[in-house]
Formats: sequence, structure tokens, C-alpha cells
Amino acid sequence: MEQTLRVKRYDPENPGSAGYQEYTVEVTDTTTILDALLTVREEMDGTLSMRCSCRASICGSCAMRVNGQAKLVCKTRVNSVAPDGETITIDPAGNMPVIKDLVVEFKPFWDKMRAITPYLQPEGEVPEAEYLASDDEMVHLVGVVNCIQCGACVSDCTVLEVDSSFLGPAALAKAYRFVKDPRDGHQKDRLGALNESSGVWDCTRCMQCVEVCPKDVNPMGRIMAMRDLAMEVGYNNTSGSRHTESFARTVKKNGRLDETRLAVDSMGIFNIPALLAEAPVGLRAIRKGKFPWKAHKSSEPNKVKRVFEKIEGE
Amino acid sequence: MKYAFYPGCVARGGTPELLVSANAVMDRLGIEREEIVSAACTGAGVLQERNQKLGDALNVRTFALAEQMGVPIMTICSTCQGVMSQANRRVLQDPEYLAEINTVLAEEGLEYKGTTVIKHLLWVLVEEIGIEELQKTFTKELSGLNFAPFYGCYIVRPSDALGFDENPERETSLETLIEATGAVAVDNDGKTKCCGLPILLINQGNALQMVSNHTGEAKDMGADAMVTPCPLCHLNLDGYQPKAAKRRPNGKIDLPILHLPQMLGLAMGMQPKELGLQRHIISAKEVIGKAAASPAAVG
Repeated sequence: MEQTLRVKRYDPENPGSAGYQEYTVEVTDTTTILDALLTVREEMDGTLSMRCSCRASICGSCAMRVNGQAKLVCKTRVNSVAPDGETITIDPAGNMPVIKDLVVEFKPFWDKMRAITPYLQPEGEVPEAEYLASDDEMVHLVGVVNCIQCGACVSDCTVLEVDSSFLGPAALAKAYRFVKDPRDGHQKDRLGALNESSGVWDCTRCMQCVEVCPKDVNPMGRIMAMRDLAMEVGYNNTSGSRHTESFARTVKKNGRLDETRLAVDSMGIFNIPALLAEAPVGLRAIRKGKFPWKAHKSSEPNKVKRVFEKIEGE
Repeated sequence: MKYAFYPGCVARGGTPELLVSANAVMDRLGIEREEIVSAACTGAGVLQERNQKLGDALNVRTFALAEQMGVPIMTICSTCQGVMSQANRRVLQDPEYLAEINTVLAEEGLEYKGTTVIKHLLWVLVEEIGIEELQKTFTKELSGLNFAPFYGCYIVRPSDALGFDENPERETSLETLIEATGAVAVDNDGKTKCCGLPILLINQGNALQMVSNHTGEAKDMGADAMVTPCPLCHLNLDGYQPKAAKRRPNGKIDLPILHLPQMLGLAMGMQPKELGLQRHIISAKEVIGKAAASPAAVG
């Protein structure tokens, strides 16, 4: 059957001509989007640029946006996104500068990988042979090690879209891999660096990275785990950590969230400039009769509290 | 069908107009419900950062309470829906984990057997009430209005926890409802992105940029208002829009953010006060005017 691809074109030597170009190719039930794009390049238009190599979701070269969502195109069949032959729109991966057509500049990606010190830094006496790590300690890292650095998560990260300084899901998932490695001796320093701005607390928990990762690395889950670890080793004076603590405290007390308390606690109760900066927002809410003056409660807050006590005590 | 109603904390806190409008619309539709008054906050993903098992246990407790009532849970909050769906998936996939949580709940005589269905009002309307029945309650055809859908993260991701495979109509449910009122759904790029609320108190610059991008884009595309099934998105998109507007070239956005039931209420010909529309930071006056001037619904 025939399938139309609407492909984003960009030629740095002729930027004014950027736009979408349509190609119609013959596909079967098993044709991948990469197969279809290669047919375009080899049989119809040799000027179309893209990256690909292994065609088996191992090399991580062919991440791009398919109908607005990052995918490895070698792993995505045409009929899974266009079951009724709908036109498929292909864009280059997002959040990275476009070099030509579907090829993007990975330098920002690698710069952030470098920024998290992506190698082991053992401490103490050097063993005679190799550094040993038990299976138990390593097995849960397999999921992160599976990352093929394709950039799909970076492409669709909603924070990177507004703030290019954010370390981003790929580098943060990689950071977790070293933070949790029993052979590394710099866990606390690593968490300290990740606790700074552009680090773990800047993630919005939007789950785009979880959704688009072709290898189930779950970057957001790793970021959340590092927030908890950072607080455990004593980094608990950020608005992020105060936010988490305050949330837990009010739910434990009332069974429900106390939004006003959460705002005050997160900014810091003695942070007068920050509190004053929020005053106009509070005043507007008061004027509209929607300021949450009184915290609401579960009808049985003590039962909720017992669940907290039992699980926190485990 | 009766439901175990779970309004969520924000509908009782920062967005009281959501609860008012949802109740008005559900009464008009004859949706029978009983609130799970003892239920705890879902944790909104925040509690889960600190202790996932604790978050899951609080949610499983809610599922067990609904199971005792023998009816599905209905929520009016995208975030609550997503957090509960994820917790339910985790315990159903891991019977040992569920058993551990049930041991904690046994103290108050609760046990979750794993049968509770959790549905946002948005899904209940599309899947159970049906568009035809819904349209019977409409007295206005909002044909002159353009609404930009804005889902919020938790009701669209992760899609495998939200039953999108079994219920593919969920993916476009908000557009379906907008179009059912006779209005035009403005297909904006931000509709499934983050509103920025989770980092509002942590990195406000980024949060405001998100508000500015999404509301600004919808406004530029000709939207009269944005419609959301998520009160947390509403808090940020409405409450912080005046601050976010400073990031636009002309310093203005002025895009009202409607809660899903408010849009339905306008199609039902309800009065703005019944829907709490006077409680918005960004005035909904123009939308109210256009809705009132809309032609009568046919059929």
C-alpha cells in the first residue's frame, strides 16, 4: 500500500527554503518508518539527510519526531502510527539545533553527559585485581545502563524547551548510574552538584522522558530517586526539598494537602522577599474569593496518619 | 451508574470553582455519587518522590474504601487520575507488593482485592454517558467559540498506565467534548505538555515561561479560552498568567482558563455564578458573553 510522509526539510545553505516536503512510498505491514525514509533517500530524493546505522534499536542514531513525539524510527512500524494510512509527519529531534533536515547537533547532549562526570571515581585502597560489586547492588542499574543515548528523552523534555541549562533526562539518568554504583566513592559530592540549579529539582515530573524512551530507562524515576538520596545525605535546604517535606507533613497531619502552607514552606518562612513577591498572586486570589484560608481534612486523618507511621517506620 | 467521588485536594483548596461547577454539571446529568470522605491526598507525585510505597499505600487505601462501596472511583483532577492509575498498575502487577500494603491497611479492617476502576469525569462522559446523552442536556450551541484543549501531564502519560490501548478514545477525549458543545477545538502544541506548576515554587522562571508559551500560543491561534480537566494546570495557567504575560512581546495574554465542567455548564445554559466563573484571575467575561449570545442547541 501507499504511505505519505511529510518530512521537515532544512538546508543551512538555503534556510529560507525550510518547510515540509511530501513523499509517497510503497509500504507493507512490516515496513518501519526508517525503511520508508531510506526508500525516499535512495530512490526518490538523495538530498534528504538523516542519521541511522544499526536498524535494530541498538546504536541510538535515528531518534526523530514522528507526529510530534520522539521515536527511534527503526523501532517504529509505519502501521503502528498510521493504521489507516494517514500522512505521517517527521521532524528532527527537538531541543537540539538542526544541522540539516533530520540531523541534529548533539554537542549540547554530550556536554551535559560530560558535566555529570560519567566515569567511576573509586576511593580508598586500590584492590589487587578488579573493583568488585555484588550482583544485588548492580542489578537495578541494568535499566539505566540500557540507555543507548539516542536523545529521544532530551528531544521531548518540557524543561529543556524553556531552559537549555537544565542537565536534562539523559545526563541525569546517567548520573544516577554513577551515584548508585557501589564502586564509586563520590556519591555525596555527586549529589551535591546535582542538588544545584539545573539539576534534579528542575524536573517537572511531566513524564515525557518516561513515555518516549525506547529502552525503558525511566529517567524521571531516576531523578526522583536522586532527590530522595540528596535529602537523605543532608542536602535539605533547597526549595525543592522543603516542598517535598512540607507536602508530606501536611498530608500526614490532615490527610490532605494544605496549599498555602506548601507555598510558604517551599519558599522558606523567613524568606521575606520571596513571600512578598508572591503577595500579588495571593491578593488576586483573595479578591476573587478563592484563597484557601483553611486547610481541609480527611474525615479520618488519624487513619491516614497511621499509614504514614507504619510505612515510614519500616 | 453510581460513583465513589474523589474531588481531590485542589478542588477543595485553590480552585473551589471546579467543585461547584462539577457538582452543578453532574447534577444536571443525574450522575449519582458519594464522596470518599475519609480518603487521603493521592500524593500528586510529590509524596512518591520521598516514599513511593507510602504514596501507593494511601491510594490503595482509597481503592479499598471504594471497593467496599462497590462502585468505581470518579475524580475531577487529571493529576489524581494519573497518580491513582499508576499506583493501581503497580499493585496489580505485583501481588506481593499489594499484600504488603494490605498488611498495613489491615489495622483499620481494609483489604484491597484489586477490582476498583478509576475514571476521570472526562472519561466517564465520553465512555459511559456518551456524547449523545450529554448533548441532550445542552441548550446552547457554542458555535462561535474556540477552545484550546489542555490535558495536563498525568492524564496522558505514561499512556500504558492509563488504558489508552483498550480505550483509544481517551487520547482525544477533551477535543471530543469541546466539539460536542459546537465549539472549535484549537489544536495547540502545548496541549499535552507540562503547565509548569510542579516547579512553580522551585524554579519559577521556567514555570512562568511554560505558562507564557502555552497560553500565548493558544491566544495567537485564536482561542477564546483554554479548557482543562486538571485543576493544578488551572492554578498555574490562570493564577500566574498575569506574571507570565510580562514575558510576551506585548506584555499581554488575557486567555481565560476554564475547568472542563465550566465549559459544559455554559453549553447547558447555566448561569456564570452557578459555575463559579466569577472566581477566575483572568476574567471569563467575554467567553460568558459569547456563550450567552450563542444559538439554541438543536435536538
